[in-house]
Amino acid sequence: MNVHAFLHNFWENTISGLAQGAIYALFALGYTLVYGVLRLINFAHSEVFMLGTFGAIITWQALGLDQDSPTPSFGPVVLYLIVGLAGAMVFSAVTATIVERVAYRPLRKRNAPVLAFLISAIGASVVLSELVGVLSRRKPRGVPRLVQPEAVFTIGGAEVTNLTIGILVVAFGLMFALDRFINRSRLGRGVRAVAQDPNTAALMGVNKDRVIMLIFILGGLMAGAAALLYDLKIGGTDFFAGFDLGIKAFAAAVLGGIGNLRGALVGGLILGILEPYTSSLFGTQWTAVTAFVVLIIILLFRPNGILGESLGRARA
Amino acid sequence: MRQRLVRMLGGVALAAALVGSAAGCGGSDDKASGGGDKCGLKIAFVGALTGGSANLGINIRNGAQMAIDEYNAGHKGCEVTYVQKDSQGKEDVVSPIAKELVKDDKIIGSVGPAFSGETQTAMPTYEEAKLPMITPSATRPSLSTNGWKMFHRAVANDDSQGPAAANYIKSVLNAQKVFVMDDQSAYGTGLADNVKRVLGSLVVDTDKVQKDVTKDFSGSITKIRASGATVVFYGGYYQEAGLLVKQMRAQGLKDVALVAGDGVADAGLAEVAGKENAAGTVVTCPCAPASAAKGNFIPSYKAKFGQDAGTYSDVGYDAANIFLKGIDAGNTTRDKMNTYLGTVDYEGVANKYKFTDKGELDPSRFIVWAFKFDAAGQQVPEKEIPRS
Repeated sequence: MNVHAFLHNFWENTISGLAQGAIYALFALGYTLVYGVLRLINFAHSEVFMLGTFGAIITWQALGLDQDSPTPSFGPVVLYLIVGLAGAMVFSAVTATIVERVAYRPLRKRNAPVLAFLISAIGASVVLSELVGVLSRRKPRGVPRLVQPEAVFTIGGAEVTNLTIGILVVAFGLMFALDRFINRSRLGRGVRAVAQDPNTAALMGVNKDRVIMLIFILGGLMAGAAALLYDLKIGGTDFFAGFDLGIKAFAAAVLGGIGNLRGALVGGLILGILEPYTSSLFGTQWTAVTAFVVLIIILLFRPNGILGESLGRARA
Repeated sequence: MRQRLVRMLGGVALAAALVGSAAGCGGSDDKASGGGDKCGLKIAFVGALTGGSANLGINIRNGAQMAIDEYNAGHKGCEVTYVQKDSQGKEDVVSPIAKELVKDDKIIGSVGPAFSGETQTAMPTYEEAKLPMITPSATRPSLSTNGWKMFHRAVANDDSQGPAAANYIKSVLNAQKVFVMDDQSAYGTGLADNVKRVLGSLVVDTDKVQKDVTKDFSGSITKIRASGATVVFYGGYYQEAGLLVKQMRAQGLKDVALVAGDGVADAGLAEVAGKENAAGTVVTCPCAPASAAKGNFIPSYKAKFGQDAGTYSDVGYDAANIFLKGIDAGNTTRDKMNTYLGTVDYEGVANKYKFTDKGELDPSRFIVWAFKFDAAGQQVPEKEIPRS
């Protein structure tokens, strides 16, 4: 155990962990939204994210940018980022919609048992991942260098770069907007109603199918944003990118309290900073082991997650 | 109604399975009559054709393809069939492939598996079925210490490459502080351990990531920065190395040099990293520059595949030719082929080949070169590195 490295790198690890955690949190929202309303885990959500990472790259490529393009100046960069974000969000939201229509709705119409949903979601995940794998020849794709990270200020000797700030601002902004939407808007009220009691909500005139479609799209949009931030931070993607990250985002959702929007944020950030801490303490190969041991311990004491379950009950 | 339909479908499936297995049995009965003829034999290729670091497999596949096509052009009516299997470079994918290949008696030699991990997984199957193989690229030293009679390696192993890389870091780069990391693969760990052993106290810190899984290298980069290292050695493949060097440059480690082994010796490094980030990366390889291959190899390869020969293309070509020479000399069973490999002394386009009783290349024929990526994202031969 290397306590010296942990203390020495504390701030640098905290900052990079927060940025990674913000990506987990955005990603985790998709799990939490679907669970909150349907009480089901959407295992195909990892592929919704993965297609988003390709969506941004494909959009940029259509605009003539590849991994060798020089970094454009500030004005065009902002434009490229917005277009890339839109591309990623569209790819992810469309994928989420297709998953709902193909893997969920037909089963729902037949009152299938929960296990059937689980398996059809895993099936959809494998199909999407392998499909992209075959189409991309399982090769990784590089991301254009749109943002060259530069230090804006330092905390405790650690540099906070423009990219980190951007990731945090976009992630928190979107999460705040989503929170407002679910808790304040008319459509959001429908979502909360279905989450609380689907049958009564239907009697009150809420269209359940539309609400379910809506949460898949919302989850997809958030995953698309996470995908863009991931592209910028990591610099490349491949057909397998959703798998590992999906498990971690799902864990983050459970850790914070699945079905609870703010729980996804808390869970994501905690998992995000745990990883670099354990990397410094025990070595990068121990990251997954220690992070998940901590997760198990937290769940022993808070089985419903840190902030507790349920979209409806939390703030009805 | 629906229940009846399901039962009927079940019945049909069962019947089909029975017929299928019966056909399978019938097929295996004919096997014994096959041997003794030079015609109708097959040579297999096993390695990554798709996947993160697939270019290394594709280079070899193409090299062997060229050898077999040339042979077939001179043996009309008695061609050798080329069986290509994509392992994705993964242990779990290669296992069923190996089992399938050994069942076909007509296959009397295998070029590859290409990577060390998959070779380790496939060898027991090959060994049991006595299918001789030559790997042009799996460099983990311990592969030759399992008593495997079918194993042959057409290049030096990492007991040569590792020290050579370490010597390059010490004497050419004059580094005083080196950070050594690997991807925990059979190849990456072995190579990095060898580099660590020779560098000794120059190694200031180490780290381990995971092949095919690690995408975010922030944790390692924090450690590199804290260690003050001027050189990072990476034992692994180019997919991860590309992301590593890209993130190193993006996170401010602009002057820290990246040195890696033959797993990174491919232009694929720049496909993810971008040419500017890849430039300056040094890779070692227990091979001569592909451009130095003798005879018509280089122009013919370019004409045939529309791209320059890459790392191990020439060795793949030679490996296939060793098998083909064996067939020509009448070694038409796996047993005879393996006996022949024990005695072969063959001059190919890349090297002269002779195998020790453990299946290693004769030590007098070891070569290790250093290459450097240029601004165009291509690896340029720099120098041959002395091994001690």
